[in-house]
Amino acid sequence: MTNQTAVLDEVMELESPLAHSEPAILSGPPGARGAELPAWFRDQQRTAWATFESLPFPNRKDQPWRFSSVDALDLSRYVPGPRLNETERTKILDHSIALDAVAGRLIFADEQLLRRDPLPEPLLKRGVLLMPLERALLEHEDLFRRHFMAQPATLGSAKFAALHQAWVTSGTFVYVPRGVEVELPIEIFHWLHGENAAVFPHILLIADELSKVTVIEHFRSAHRERAGFACGVNDLVVGQGAKVNYICAQNWNDKVLSIQMNATTVSREASGLSLNVHLGGAYSRFESLSRLTGEGARSDLLAVAVTDGTQEFDARTLQDHISPHTTSDLLYKNALTDRARNTFGGLIRVEPHAHFTDAYQTVRNLLLSDDAEANSMPGLEILADNVKCSHGATSGQINEEEMFYLLARGIPLPVAKQLLVSGFLNEVVDRLDHPAITDLVHGLIEDKFQHRPRE
Amino acid sequence: MNKLSITNLRVSIADQEIIRGLSLAVPKGEIHAIMGPNGSGKSTLAKVLTGHPDYKITAGEVLMDGENILALAPDERARKGLFLAFQYPSEIPGVTIANFLRAAVQARLPEGEELEATDYYAKLYEKMDLLEMDRSFTSRSVNEGFSGGEKKRNEILQLAMLQPKYAVLDETDSGLDIDALKVVAHGVNSLRGPNLGVILITHYQRLLDYIIPDHVHVMVQGRIVRSGGKELALELEEKGYESYETVKDEIGEPAMA
Ligand SMILES: Nc1ncnc2c1ncn2[C@@H]1O[C@H](COP(=O)(O)OP(=O)(O)O)[C@@H](O)[C@H]1O
Ligand SMILES: [Mg+2]
Repeated sequence: MTNQTAVLDEVMELESPLAHSEPAILSGPPGARGAELPAWFRDQQRTAWATFESLPFPNRKDQPWRFSSVDALDLSRYVPGPRLNETERTKILDHSIALDAVAGRLIFADEQLLRRDPLPEPLLKRGVLLMPLERALLEHEDLFRRHFMAQPATLGSAKFAALHQAWVTSGTFVYVPRGVEVELPIEIFHWLHGENAAVFPHILLIADELSKVTVIEHFRSAHRERAGFACGVNDLVVGQGAKVNYICAQNWNDKVLSIQMNATTVSREASGLSLNVHLGGAYSRFESLSRLTGEGARSDLLAVAVTDGTQEFDARTLQDHISPHTTSDLLYKNALTDRARNTFGGLIRVEPHAHFTDAYQTVRNLLLSDDAEANSMPGLEILADNVKCSHGATSGQINEEEMFYLLARGIPLPVAKQLLVSGFLNEVVDRLDHPAITDLVHGLIEDKFQHRPRE
Repeated sequence: MNKLSITNLRVSIADQEIIRGLSLAVPKGEIHAIMGPNGSGKSTLAKVLTGHPDYKITAGEVLMDGENILALAPDERARKGLFLAFQYPSEIPGVTIANFLRAAVQARLPEGEELEATDYYAKLYEKMDLLEMDRSFTSRSVNEGFSGGEKKRNEILQLAMLQPKYAVLDETDSGLDIDALKVVAHGVNSLRGPNLGVILITHYQRLLDYIIPDHVHVMVQGRIVRSGGKELALELEEKGYESYETVKDEIGEPAMA
């Protein structure tokens, strides 16, 4: 797979950078870089680092890592990225627009904030906040401390969550006050740039009562061939009656190791929808915890993954129904080619008092080659009564009659295949009621096909 | 040269011979109806012509304007001008009619040439109007959740968009109420002309009141057992296929048209 987002290759041929000599991330969290951070935060970081060091590396024998290629998790080569020079910044910024109309935009590369397109005046007046994490922890300490990494990572990556907390210095803070609806999406870019660079993307999003907001995060590589490590956390807090859409467009190059941990808390009568698009990465793991804490809460967990070559996508999820009358609906669809691997481990847990819960979990794998491998482990744990739950995982191939129908119209085989795969994935993507973003996601998926060598 | 000609075709599936020495020639500009009882092999013939992989051709040849098409892949045959309106069109979840047809039209352009979107939509809407189809159809997934009649209309829409040289319409009338039948027949008649040859497969005579064929063939047990003019259809409507079915086992040699 080649990566369409690789924007800096030509530049780097012109000015090949001197090797930089940052110590590896495993030698300990940043000293100097964190100098401006408040003491309480640095204490948290130190504690997190100790936790990271004390926890064992994942093992395939642990259920949360069953079927995972844990060997891919060797972190010894990764270092903080070097400072970007002007040419690099300009080039990356040129490629950091995906949506034409946005409420605001933040662009990071190797943990450095390259640009911030602020929110429009009316939103600022109404108290909407969009700022780098570093500023939020100074200016909005209370909110920050209440919600930042408030949910422990229980889906396997506690060690990586600790690493993230020890290292995180940049990221996004979004706060939408009561009753405010942010119509246009907020767009955030995270670029990997330096050779073996490590980044720790974070978003802390708090949507207060009856507010509404959509955020899309793009994860991209500036170079086609450079390895990198991304270890990200999303904290999404959906207040009473609020509505949050979160879209993750993961399009790293196929050398990147990526681990992302998501924790969404949905309150009474609120709705949280996440759409995760996984296209890149050598090994990419995504852990998603969705907590339904108030009556009438609804959570939609959507994901599509298109993997080829030796790419591996590893998803672990928990739909945790804590209150009665809550709904969660998970739909993951994966299209695998070549020797790609895909693992899904998911649990629906209906806690003792969460009666009248509706919970669904559906995983569909489309195997486009004989060597692709998909393992799914759906699960249910129901401790309440009057519960409607279903779960199921299936793997299948392209339907021959559908294929013949397209061929009989003169559509060449590779195009027909692409249409059928897109069609398969569209059921997920089209659940997002946001045409501009849906178009964007379709485009990203199409690009991935275009840049595949035709068989 | 200017015809679709099938000579002594024999086709099997799972060691059962279904087309048993069939010959038929359809010159461009003519409409040939094939009528026959259920199970006589009409759909099999249609699918074999378009290259369905399930069937095994054991003998015979099919020439389209002189070119042997049996050696070609299904998509190549289609691009060279062969079209099949399926008896049971597949549902393609998640692929809109607009995208599906755009891919089919794009596939017919010379290498490197991009489809002009405005022209494409203008043509699409014109054909939809002809078939009295609502424009909202373009954003629906191909055939998904369509009624029987909508599926058949969609087949004819594709026929109109792709403008083939030869079209096989397999039971395009089944599942249509009389109003829909008239619309579909109007669509086909508007495409009728010196540049199109049609094989019109039908079970009932009804369709032939609206699309008047140049020739009618009776197919029984994988062979053409009788050919005639359009009045043959009326005779069949009256007498049914029984007289042919009783003789079918006695036919030692394939009946030649
Ligand atoms: N894919 C298939 N597998 C097995 N038998 C088939 C298949 N397709 C057709 N047949 C058999 O071939 C015969 C002719 O079928 P078909 O061509 O559909 O007839 P018609 O269209 O005239 O009703 C039938 O006996 C049918 O059962
Ligand atoms: Mg039939």
